[in-house]
Amino acid sequence: MDALYALMHGLTIATQPWNLLYALTGVLLGTAVGVLPGIGPALTVALLLPITFKLDPAGSLIMFAGIYYGGMYGGSTTSILINTPGESASMVTALEGNKMAKAGRGGPALATAAIGSFVAGTLATLGIVFLAPWLVNVAVNFGPEDYFALMVVAFITVSATFGDSPIRGLTSLFIGLTLGLVGIDKLTGQPRLAFGVPDLLDGVEVTTLAVGLFAVGEALYVASRRHLVEEKLEPVRGSLWMTKADWKRSFWPWIRGTCFGFPIGALPAGGAEIPTFLSYSTEKRLTKHPEEFGHGAIEGVAGPEAANNASAAGTLVPLLTLGLPTSATAAMLLAGFQQYGLNPGPLLFAERPDLVWGLIASLFIANIMLLVLNLPLVGLWVKLLAIPQPWLYAGILVFATMGTIAAKPSVVELSMLAGFCVMGFLMRRFDFPVAPVVVGLILGPVAESQLRRALQISLGDPMVLLQSPMSATLLAVAVLALLAPFALKGMSRFKASED
Amino acid sequence: MATAETRKPDIAGMVIAGLLLLIALVMFWDASAMQGATTYGMGPKAMPFVIGTGMAVLAIGNFVLAWRGDYPERESFDPKAIALILGGLAALIAIIGLGGGFIPATAVLFAATATAFGRRAIHIDLAIGAVLGFAVFLLFDKLLTLSLPAGPIERLF
Repeated sequence: MDALYALMHGLTIATQPWNLLYALTGVLLGTAVGVLPGIGPALTVALLLPITFKLDPAGSLIMFAGIYYGGMYGGSTTSILINTPGESASMVTALEGNKMAKAGRGGPALATAAIGSFVAGTLATLGIVFLAPWLVNVAVNFGPEDYFALMVVAFITVSATFGDSPIRGLTSLFIGLTLGLVGIDKLTGQPRLAFGVPDLLDGVEVTTLAVGLFAVGEALYVASRRHLVEEKLEPVRGSLWMTKADWKRSFWPWIRGTCFGFPIGALPAGGAEIPTFLSYSTEKRLTKHPEEFGHGAIEGVAGPEAANNASAAGTLVPLLTLGLPTSATAAMLLAGFQQYGLNPGPLLFAERPDLVWGLIASLFIANIMLLVLNLPLVGLWVKLLAIPQPWLYAGILVFATMGTIAAKPSVVELSMLAGFCVMGFLMRRFDFPVAPVVVGLILGPVAESQLRRALQISLGDPMVLLQSPMSATLLAVAVLALLAPFALKGMSRFKASED
Repeated sequence: MATAETRKPDIAGMVIAGLLLLIALVMFWDASAMQGATTYGMGPKAMPFVIGTGMAVLAIGNFVLAWRGDYPERESFDPKAIALILGGLAALIAIIGLGGGFIPATAVLFAATATAFGRRAIHIDLAIGAVLGFAVFLLFDKLLTLSLPAGPIERLF
């Protein structure tokens, strides 16, 4: 029961008055920003990163926990009330939730999303408590070649396996990897892809890339097709509370959603889309009210929302224990760690247990705060949604550029931001996934240094990658994950031609 | 659903493939200009060559997709809105680069973006942007002690 003991210790840290205040600030800011249409949790974290520049690491990580969970919650409110999911994982919530809001049942939809998020978040955080120490024990024995192989798996699954097109996903990943090469090579001090520009020697800032790609790129995209879509805010009518029948119909979907979300999120497989879609189709099959699906069935909100939150908590397992981000949001959290020179992994558990367990404990606290605060405050969040679109996006752009200006007020850095926003626009227009770029930028240099370390130890013999059973297995998994979408595509084509 | 044979080659997709190939070539050029011998294992040159090769392969992959017309379809878009936002960003960079300070830069970006989203009240929006910039400046520069670029206006406070 070491884990429980460690958690108790974490709770004593997280419940210190200042840390409670940080958690509360994080939860409120995260929800307020996450509720803005088109802003997902990854962007919420990216936009709010500059605020924590001057805080101490423990306080700012606790604030991040709040921002992360708050951003998730805010996102689901937006999907239910305006049908503009900020990320693909809340698409399913929008499917049934927006229908419920249109039918005047927005209150219960928000309530089941909030309580489901709480149930899933709490169970999944418990999952982290028990899974993380175990994984840390495994990871202690990892050599550099094993880490490298693990990162290759993450690269492939994030970019190729689960997207629409493996070629487009891999293209995004390689753009990220290329950006990761920019700057001084840490082992030899040689500049790479810096073209003699001094500002480029430090490399590409993750926040500049993320804010450019997500915030400004999204603003450009929305502005360019404003004439095509009309957003309609559904007012919350009727009671906020769920009826007894609503509770009964929500309970098992919450539990099942959590069971889908946490394991898939914890695997270095990336993306909360799969568990949410799995949960939706399961609830559709199991429901006693199949006629309601597609017209606002509460199970279709409860299950996917729980799955989404559980998988978001699940992605913290590889992030904290292995330093492996498997989603854009996790990559942003990793950037948050790195701004204090902290590298998540087994070492961090050993050296700074107060930090890690304080963070995990504050996830519980953030969860409770969200549950207590958000239902009563829903009226306030809805008001945020009513900000006229021109001012909303103008404000987002001001905050987005401010983050970069505060971090590095140079013309080169701002020009890079502008370049990334054009890239973000083009990627959305041509349907390239954005997350692999961020993961490639942040994980690419780590993977390279692990590989080079492995090859230094083996005196340059590349066979070291296959001699470690762990690394050989992981590389085989990576090859399978790379080939699977092509094979499946071949199969579906075969099926299509059969019809 | 259209079959591959009836779809036309996608010119924009081919341009993207060309850009990717260009990036790959730049990486090869940059890596081959590096000097210094490697003792053990991989030097700093190896990874750019690996990633550059991958990029070149993906450029070919994208070219094939574009050639077969497998690129996703695009909706019509409003180039004026794009130009306004990018113009706002360019103005922001210019104002900060020339020492005009954070608040005027923010005001211009705010007004340009609001106009791109269909507002037609540029004076009011400039004022709102300036107030917002001022509030952010006070909050971050004074309260959180993050230094934001200062121009003539900011130095008054």
